[in-house]
Amino acid sequence: MHLEEFAEGSSPLHRMDPRVKFLAAGPFLVLTALAGGLAAPAYALVVSIVLAVLAGLDPLKLGVRMLVVNVFVAVVWVFLPFSMQGEAAFSIGPFVASRQGVIYALQITLKTNAIVLATIAVYGTTEAMSLAHALVHLRAPVKLVYLFFYFYRYVSVLHEEYTRLREAMRVRCFHSRVSKHSYTTFANLIGMLIVRSFERSERVYEAMLCRGFHGHFPVIGHFHLHRVDYVMGTLLAVASAGVVAIRMTGL
Amino acid sequence: MHMSEGVLSAPVLGAGAALTVGGLAVGLRFMDNRRVPEVAVVASALFVASLIRFPVGPASVHLTLNGLAGILLGWMAFPAVFVALALQALLFQFGGFTTLGANTTVMALPAVVASYTCRRMLRAGGKTLSIIAGAIAGAIGVAGGVVLIALALVSTEESFKGLSMAFVAVHVPVLAVESAITAIVVAFLWKVKPELLGINGGINGDKGRGGILKSD
Repeated sequence: MHLEEFAEGSSPLHRMDPRVKFLAAGPFLVLTALAGGLAAPAYALVVSIVLAVLAGLDPLKLGVRMLVVNVFVAVVWVFLPFSMQGEAAFSIGPFVASRQGVIYALQITLKTNAIVLATIAVYGTTEAMSLAHALVHLRAPVKLVYLFFYFYRYVSVLHEEYTRLREAMRVRCFHSRVSKHSYTTFANLIGMLIVRSFERSERVYEAMLCRGFHGHFPVIGHFHLHRVDYVMGTLLAVASAGVVAIRMTGL
Repeated sequence: MHMSEGVLSAPVLGAGAALTVGGLAVGLRFMDNRRVPEVAVVASALFVASLIRFPVGPASVHLTLNGLAGILLGWMAFPAVFVALALQALLFQFGGFTTLGANTTVMALPAVVASYTCRRMLRAGGKTLSIIAGAIAGAIGVAGGVVLIALALVSTEESFKGLSMAFVAVHVPVLAVESAITAIVVAFLWKVKPELLGINGGINGDKGRGGILKSD
């Protein structure tokens, strides 16, 4: 399982301190999610595109991600314009789309793409472990951060375990189809995965105790703010203020 | 099962976030140091299992496995779902940062309900009763999640009614598959590792495993 597709690079966003990412980009994402109208979401999308360009993301990989996200947006376009009350905008056969519905669907499209693009550009460009590390410094509940840490560590391990079990099934000529046998086999596979995961977790904890674990990991590395952090932090703060400003002017 | 970014209204996002903070607080109280790796590794197993595609007629479905998470983890399903969604939000951008609260509630609240509904049946320890409990938990997990998503969408904007109804309809086969699979998984665990079902202690049980390595 390759989880960190965008984490490698040397752009300003890759070099940014993850603590600043949480503090500066968090408000931008929340404000965008709460924004109404069309102007503020459109502005947020422009900001997100700028961030994505700054991060130098691989256009092909990014395109695939955005395509997946926009499948849901497409479903919204199928339903929303026709189910919302309002003046008629256009009609397809017996179905009449309302102007309000089209505007609302457009707003959702802009907001969804803005938030997802900004999330990839800002958080996708840092390794998950650095994000967890930053959360410890930001005083997030330690147990929750450790849970994230272990979860991230063992998802790929268990995915390998799963692949091994699936290969063993293939060797024995298993074909997935709609049948009682097929479902039972899958369910037993899931059961086996859970049993193995549980037994592995016992070994993990015992190994931790052997190494003197008593409730917390020592944090050795510390973050230091550099010029890129001040610059990017200010830019993101200005971008967030922009969302609020556009809403205040009532566009 | 998750809701996309940029759709839900502020009150819905706020309610989801508040419920998640509450659920996390309770879940973290149950999760002592010994259980952190347990919950994490079991949660990653469930996560990997939820990627399996099950054939249903010509199409295929993914399982949510939140009913099973409820049976195995109880209240700790909240932190487990939360970290899984956080990782997805940060790395795959499925779901997302601003909808983290709402999406955690959608998955974890039915898990907790399933855990309370099935606890007594599982404690009784019989095989048939355990399998029935599994089927019920699987059904509660999907049905609860679907209802919560429909509620969130309709409270955001009434015009989402059509979309919500279509969403509920396509999840009927998922509910059937999930319920059947959860029942068989529980039957498997009943045979192979009954302590996981909270029958004799285990993650969810109240007696604990004990042993020389129990440090807290």
